[in-house]
Amino acid sequence: MTVSTAKRPAKSAYWAGVRDGTPFLLMAVPFATLFGVIATDAGLTLAQAMGFTILVIAGAAQFAAIQLMVENASIAFVLLAALAVNLRMAMYSASLVPYLGAAPLWKRACVAYLNFDQTYITSIARYEARPEMSVAERVQYFFGVATPITPFWFGMTFVGIVAGQAIPDAWALDFIMPIMFLAMVAPMMKSLAHVAAAAVSVSVGIALVNMPAGTGLLIAAGAAMLTGALVEIWQERRTS
Amino acid sequence: MTYTAAEIWTIIIVMGIGTFLIRFSFLGLIGDRPMPPFVLRLLRYTPVAVLPGMVAPLVIWPAATGGIFDPVRASAAIATVLVGIWTRNVLWAIFGGAVTLYGLMGVTALL
Repeated sequence: MTVSTAKRPAKSAYWAGVRDGTPFLLMAVPFATLFGVIATDAGLTLAQAMGFTILVIAGAAQFAAIQLMVENASIAFVLLAALAVNLRMAMYSASLVPYLGAAPLWKRACVAYLNFDQTYITSIARYEARPEMSVAERVQYFFGVATPITPFWFGMTFVGIVAGQAIPDAWALDFIMPIMFLAMVAPMMKSLAHVAAAAVSVSVGIALVNMPAGTGLLIAAGAAMLTGALVEIWQERRTS
Repeated sequence: MTYTAAEIWTIIIVMGIGTFLIRFSFLGLIGDRPMPPFVLRLLRYTPVAVLPGMVAPLVIWPAATGGIFDPVRASAAIATVLVGIWTRNVLWAIFGGAVTLYGLMGVTALL
């Protein structure tokens, strides 16, 4: 086998990722613009706002940090709260290990940098649906999903900083985010265990919504994962 | 905001490094070492455990309406989930949710 034919599957996995990542522009464009506007209004310079978006590259945590900075919270508190919002990504990181753990360290580091909600959920859905994918194909797919989103996240932040104007509320683009995440999750309801996990996630998430900076979500996610695993075991025992 | 430029950069850089370390954590340290079966079982439910809990408050208390329950947005969310479960297709689910959202917004604007 020649190198070129061996490369082809990884290449097509990359383009499949680009295709599947593109719809998320609907979401990245308004939120990145909004971040640019809010960061500038809060008093950050262009370099600081861009530095934020490029180094952190996590919407929810960026908005949380800016809000606390506007309120002049202590630096330690800003950092603690924003990092707590991002802790769910440790769960993403762990759940990618069975699929990407064998990839070279530098590739895992690149995946880690680009591991945000959209790239994660799109990729994990593909990995679950196609267990035959090679590790190289999985990595290429992940990079493919990130390819359309990332430059727009950076670019539209810049546009928001310079234009100083967000997309009007009347367009209801705020709700594109819930719709897109729900659209990703709904097809994953493959078993009773998945439905039970989602139901626990929703109810605990709502019950603990007033807990500080994402900690309620962490508890909800932990309880939901445990529920999914236990229901799965219970179903296996019942059928065996 | 009363931080100095150095303090702002400290926040940005520490947040960047911290976020990267969170994302790299397990993927970086465990690599291809085998994980216990029960842990693998838990991790299988990560997407359905995190995202619904993250989205639910946004559906019930949307930021755009000042946190007041909005039947239009709630209907759009329900439509998205139903179409997604029915078609098993992400794009159809987004389409179903968006049509419901803008359709109902149009209807309520006319009323």
